[in-house]
Amino acid sequence: MKKITIKRKYLAFPYAIFMLLFVLLPLALIVFYAFTNADGSISLENFINFFTDGVTFNSFLDSIWIAFITTVICFVIGFPVAYILANKKYNRNKTLFLLFLLPMWINFLLRTIATRAMFEAFGSWLDIEITFGKATTIFGMVYNFLPFMIIPIYSTLSSLDKSYTEAALDLGATPTKVITRVILPLAIPGIISGITMVFMPTLSTFVISDLLGNNLVQLLGNIINLEFTQNSWNYGSALSIILLLLMGLTMFIEKKYNNKTQTAGGRIW
Amino acid sequence: MSTLIELKDVCKAYDGQNVVDHVNLNIEKGEFVTLLGPSGCGKTTTLRMIAGFEKPTDGEILLDGKSVLDIPPHLRPVNTVFQRYALFPHLNVFDNIAFGLKLKKKELCREVKGFWARQKAIKALISEKVKKALKIVGLTDYEYRNVTSLSGGQQQRVAIARAIVNEPQVLLLDEPLGALDLKMRQEMQLELKNMHRRLGITFVYVTHDQEEALTMSDRIVVMKNGIIHQVGTPIDIYNEPSNAFVADFIGESNIINGIMLEDKLVRFAGAEFVCVDSGFEKNQTIDVVIRPEDIYLMDEEKGQIKGVVISSLFKGVHYEMSVIANKVEFLIHSTTEWKAGEKVSLYIRPDDIHIMKKEKNSNVINAKVLNETEIEFADGIFNYDKKTFENGGFSENDYLKEEVKISIDFDKIDLTDYEDSAPIAGNIVSSIFKGDKYQYVVKSDNGFDFFVDTEDEYDSNDRVGITIKPEDIKLERIISSK
Repeated sequence: MKKITIKRKYLAFPYAIFMLLFVLLPLALIVFYAFTNADGSISLENFINFFTDGVTFNSFLDSIWIAFITTVICFVIGFPVAYILANKKYNRNKTLFLLFLLPMWINFLLRTIATRAMFEAFGSWLDIEITFGKATTIFGMVYNFLPFMIIPIYSTLSSLDKSYTEAALDLGATPTKVITRVILPLAIPGIISGITMVFMPTLSTFVISDLLGNNLVQLLGNIINLEFTQNSWNYGSALSIILLLLMGLTMFIEKKYNNKTQTAGGRIW
Repeated sequence: MSTLIELKDVCKAYDGQNVVDHVNLNIEKGEFVTLLGPSGCGKTTTLRMIAGFEKPTDGEILLDGKSVLDIPPHLRPVNTVFQRYALFPHLNVFDNIAFGLKLKKKELCREVKGFWARQKAIKALISEKVKKALKIVGLTDYEYRNVTSLSGGQQQRVAIARAIVNEPQVLLLDEPLGALDLKMRQEMQLELKNMHRRLGITFVYVTHDQEEALTMSDRIVVMKNGIIHQVGTPIDIYNEPSNAFVADFIGESNIINGIMLEDKLVRFAGAEFVCVDSGFEKNQTIDVVIRPEDIYLMDEEKGQIKGVVISSLFKGVHYEMSVIANKVEFLIHSTTEWKAGEKVSLYIRPDDIHIMKKEKNSNVINAKVLNETEIEFADGIFNYDKKTFENGGFSENDYLKEEVKISIDFDKIDLTDYEDSAPIAGNIVSSIFKGDKYQYVVKSDNGFDFFVDTEDEYDSNDRVGITIKPEDIKLERIISSK
């Protein structure tokens, strides 16, 4: 009788089937829809629309702009926080770090609704009118994605050997120069990870702008959501592909940068 | 020569424990001083205090006569070569070495007029200095290499170049050769010594390797448990160790218990020897130190004491032989071989016999008398003998239920493998072989150190129980009366 052996590669089959059904097939469908018009014939109509129809293109630029601002704010707040957290003097048993992670354990939707309620409560309490728009959207995004900036920078910084700081001090660097000349360059892998971790989701999210933007902020995510709910699958698919390409580009840049700077700290994502 | 660095009564405590304990040291300008000691002796902490990374809990550090305690490390005119190099991985060899110079740009080329002309002059100057430093460490043409692609020895050279390019007054080296293999290490030792000669910078070098210290230093500072045991030239330290620890740590040596009979006459290993030391009390117990190469073996009748060779090993240049004479074991190095089992006699020249005061002979410890038979110390309960106490002139009314100081002689502590049967237990933390017996330091689980002389052999970190016979616990004095 022939012995039945389970080859190692068979173990990958369940996942491969899953990938096929729920990742590759939908992707193929999206590509198909993107390159066909409402009649079902192949055309570039959707992509031409994207560039000519001012509303969509503007919201595309808006999305990039808001994602950019959010990322910058997250970095400006997140780097010092990560730097302090990585210092064992302030973060003895990682309780402080846990405090920064805690908000992430609450449901994302709930958090955003709560943010809105908070704005309203503050508004009535201080007797000022809070207009929901770009500013509140950016606030919500920073609030939601800040931990994604802090975590990778934190783990890069805490794996940095303390002797680099000492060596720099020893060679005459002031504490500020130690940060700009040594810590910051060595933290680049973490910073790049943090930037992609914040930039990519802010680019595609539509829930935050929906809830905190009062329809005044139409991001690419909102439009895709709208197109699909209004049964305009072809245009929605085309926009999805454009978004996908944009994300691919960010990932590509990240990878390239990380390969160059992989000497220290190590990358975690 | 003038004094460049002065450490005055410097202490450093972590959690209330002094890791550097009242260290006093003067380092001369241009000197090569080595801090030598086993790990945890406080040598690196001392170095880090000079560099400014640690602040002394007490005492004063002077550089060129001025206190540096309030000067942060980046403003001190000292540079450090770190144990694990700490080269910046994001910079290439050139930029690593130029790091310190670039930070001092403002002070460079002041005389050059015009912004761009000055920038150009600075760049040329930095490049010239870096190249010079690379030449000194023997890495010409390595400027644009990635530091992570270099070997350990090359990284070490870059680290040295990075420090000396700043022309510091003092170069601090923290076990810089620790990570290199033996051959590389010996090569670097000579190169460092040459560099020191050429540069004229004061070197403060930290190592646990006695051979390295002997090879390179002008002066050696031997440290243990945060205390300086001896300061001297390599020759002084080797030939005239001030105590058993230094003798044992620097090179191999025979350390034997002896008695000073009178000036220039000592008794050890069952015989009397003429020596050159004087100034001891009559019949004072002392440690005798004899280097293995200072003992001469000869035919049975010719020497001072008779013995039997029990082992003989060929070590390349010499034979290493072990001889037992009058129950005392001697380690002997000689270029002529005596085979195991041969009957020999030993001859030692008077000036090769080094007499050292014993640091102490007994453990003195605070204790509490519980009742007529039991006493508590080192968190253990022992039986004591009332008679011993009363023979010492104390009366029962005084010592009962009082805090007292007791003493137990080194050789009156018994070690046992069966820790459950002993009042307290601990680990062997250090051992010195003294010819006919071993001297151990046993650290009890509650953190008390006991000195123990015994013939039994234990290894470091062995678990032992400590027992003491009631009559060997002596009462020194009564501390308090409540």
